[in-house]
Amino acid sequence: MARLIKTEKEVEGRYTEQWVVVDEDALEQWPAGARDTVGRPAPRQDGFQRARGEAQYTADIQLPGMLHAAILRSPFARAQIREIDLRMAEKAPGVRGVLGPGTGPLTDEPAYQGAPVAAVAADTDEQARAAMRLIEVEWEQLDPLLDPDEAVRRNELVEEPNHDERGDIERGLAEADVVVAAEYRTQSVLHNSMETHQSICQWEGDDHLTVYISTQFVWGVRERVAKHFGLPTDHVRVVCRFMGGGFGSKNGPGDYTFVGAELARRTGRPVKAALTRREENLDAGNRNATIQRLRIGARSDGTLTLLDGEFVNSTGWDGWLASTGGPMRMLYACENVRTVEYAAKLNTPPMLAFRAPGFVEGTFGLECLMDELAAELDLDPLELRRRNYAQHDAMDERPFSSKNLLECYRRAEPHWERREAVRRSSDGTWKRGVGLASQVWYGGGGPPSYAWVRVGADARATVVTAMQDIGTGSATAMAQIAAEELGLPIDHVEVSLGDTARGPYATISAGSSTIPSMGPAVRSAAADAARQIIEIAAQRHDREQRSLSLKGGRIVCSDGGSWPLEEITCLLESGQILGQGSRGPNPAGMRILTFGVQVAEVAVDVETGEVRVDKIAAIHDVGRVINPLGASSQVEGGIIQGLGHTLSEERLIDPATGTILTQTLDAYKLPTIADVPEIVTDLVDEPDTHLTNLGSKGLGEPPIVPTAAAIANAIRDATGANVRSLPISREEMLRALREASEREQVGASAT
Amino acid sequence: MPEVRVNGGAYEVDAPVGRSLADWLREDVGLTGTKIACNEGHCGACTVQVDGVPVLSCITLVHRVDGEVTTIEGLREHPMVDAFVRADALQCGFCTPGQIVSATALVAGNPTPTPEEVRHAMAGNLCRCGTYPKIEEAIASWQG
Repeated sequence: MARLIKTEKEVEGRYTEQWVVVDEDALEQWPAGARDTVGRPAPRQDGFQRARGEAQYTADIQLPGMLHAAILRSPFARAQIREIDLRMAEKAPGVRGVLGPGTGPLTDEPAYQGAPVAAVAADTDEQARAAMRLIEVEWEQLDPLLDPDEAVRRNELVEEPNHDERGDIERGLAEADVVVAAEYRTQSVLHNSMETHQSICQWEGDDHLTVYISTQFVWGVRERVAKHFGLPTDHVRVVCRFMGGGFGSKNGPGDYTFVGAELARRTGRPVKAALTRREENLDAGNRNATIQRLRIGARSDGTLTLLDGEFVNSTGWDGWLASTGGPMRMLYACENVRTVEYAAKLNTPPMLAFRAPGFVEGTFGLECLMDELAAELDLDPLELRRRNYAQHDAMDERPFSSKNLLECYRRAEPHWERREAVRRSSDGTWKRGVGLASQVWYGGGGPPSYAWVRVGADARATVVTAMQDIGTGSATAMAQIAAEELGLPIDHVEVSLGDTARGPYATISAGSSTIPSMGPAVRSAAADAARQIIEIAAQRHDREQRSLSLKGGRIVCSDGGSWPLEEITCLLESGQILGQGSRGPNPAGMRILTFGVQVAEVAVDVETGEVRVDKIAAIHDVGRVINPLGASSQVEGGIIQGLGHTLSEERLIDPATGTILTQTLDAYKLPTIADVPEIVTDLVDEPDTHLTNLGSKGLGEPPIVPTAAAIANAIRDATGANVRSLPISREEMLRALREASEREQVGASAT
Repeated sequence: MPEVRVNGGAYEVDAPVGRSLADWLREDVGLTGTKIACNEGHCGACTVQVDGVPVLSCITLVHRVDGEVTTIEGLREHPMVDAFVRADALQCGFCTPGQIVSATALVAGNPTPTPEEVRHAMAGNLCRCGTYPKIEEAIASWQG
């Protein structure tokens, strides 16, 4: 039954109390462990469609009469348009519509390179781009602000600083036997989804709009597009059946969709607006660079007395303040903690969420600092972490809904114990070592999310919900959950998704929230359908309802009788059994987090600064695992993105002009198959007994969080060098090695 | 009018000079299984075979094609497709057709490549989701 409750909603660790309508979650959790379908490896259901090139992505959709849009973007980091002449473009072959500054997001005062200023729609993509080049602009170049510290000094901020403090920093300093201070830096990295950002907008009349878009959130796009054009939300339909990667950059409609929809409105034709790869590397979001000035203090036994950090995010012209200080506030039991976070407003492209935004950057700083402290204290880094284990959430004294980080540490031991052997395998200039880092992140999901389950006369089921599968395999996980509840083989269950006109509201595919938000709704809908089937079967076979259950495609009675499900469902003829379900509330007053630890083995050539990662063992606690096969793919994918972030990827900006130097995939170095180390995945797979009818948390983001710090700590183990800046280029590696040898010489001359 | 042979059929090339093989396949022939991700020859998503050799179709002019083109649509029944799905060697799937075209070209001449040979042959096909370990597994087990 639906009820109105006052509950806490958590966004990025901030709680607000608000009224929400939720359905009670009446189902008991399944016992821990693998079941008939849930907890067993399942290849993805749409795997053949994708692998055979049959899946239709937004990039593949061709509508009759469709025009192509090209967007003219600012070549300068900061400029003012003195004059713009659109006439040549308007007269160019194939051109059907041209927009200038002042329409929608198009601006005559671009404040970063790549900001949209004008747009053209033409019969072909080539014609649109040719016409775009005919737009004549007289620019006045202005000095860009590029230095984040300078922006903080001038109070040029995207949002107010976030100052968070508990305990007493001065007391923490006084109680410390050892204090370590260090500055860490992380670079800006680019999502580079293989399918670039794109959408097709098609109007029916002047008040109904359909948007086909490569997105992580069909409902969010619907909301924003409807608002932009002043339409009732139900007059906007958003479709995303298949999409080619997002990683946080495709949570919203993007400027290109507003431009495309306006061109479609004016021309009366469907308009596709697709970013090129170069545009993708300019104006499709980024993980912002950070500067982290950190201090840690501890007693000689390793007990932390102080954590203190100033975090300057290079947020860019727009965006939001990602929680770079989050890990420092959340990971360890420490009474005296202060974090101050700034979102510097710069003339660089706006940041967008990128797989665990803030926490990837902040974990690099914090977990490297922990190892620098361990070295000072001459303590085992794993032991140091155990001694500061947080039994409850120290930020607001909440209990965790579940936490198995100690179990993760226990499972890390065999990998950690290889240290001596790995170090001994150092060979000539190649030094080897082992490092680890812990992980904390959100991933509990929440309401609202809804699902329907339809069972027909053929005893096959379809899960209907307007979620999207961005490549994580969440659709297959939903099929597993429904199959488990209905006692059906998984190939008798299909999932229909990706269309706001063809299913109920579903969560955004971001924040590791799809399985913890959608999974319980799907189970609840399947249980509703199962209940109805059992009611019918009880009447047909004259049995008590409570003696019947569904298993292996059959109706099974506790008296030993059993009948194929189809014998009952065939009575439906054209009728259908319709189940509905929704996501219940989160447990009140609890902190729902994911945890983990990664252990890295590296080799460093101390002569050339080359770093090679040989192995990463990833142990994570994300509650119940629905599909171990898909889960291991998520872990590997997160680690490989983390590997790029750690060693090779960096958006380079010309410090003189603020223009982006890395716009292509030969300049911007993504990991290739040849860069990948051995990856060992180990998931604790213990249901969170307080969380929903599944006990599952999300896994999309946790695996990328600790990778950089684990690698940097392994480098310290191998060489004694403190790398403090990402990416760990050869220059950074050689700098750290030089600094370490100078430190050693000073130490030697002092003694 | 010139013709290009694709997956066993012949297609007339009615396209302006400068049209890429990728655009021609996707828009003129309607074979959208070949994907374009960078459109400048850096990522491998658009890989097709010409006489069995992997070629980047986004930087190949359709008028210069001299040989039999095989796209993912011509490889749909190849056991490599099944191997990729079994091993979960795809996530978003956008690079996957190109990966499979490269992988089938590799095993055509070398049915049991070493891990080193796999890494060498597949290093030109980028996957942002990071399915590489599963791709290695798929190619190692493609014969079932």
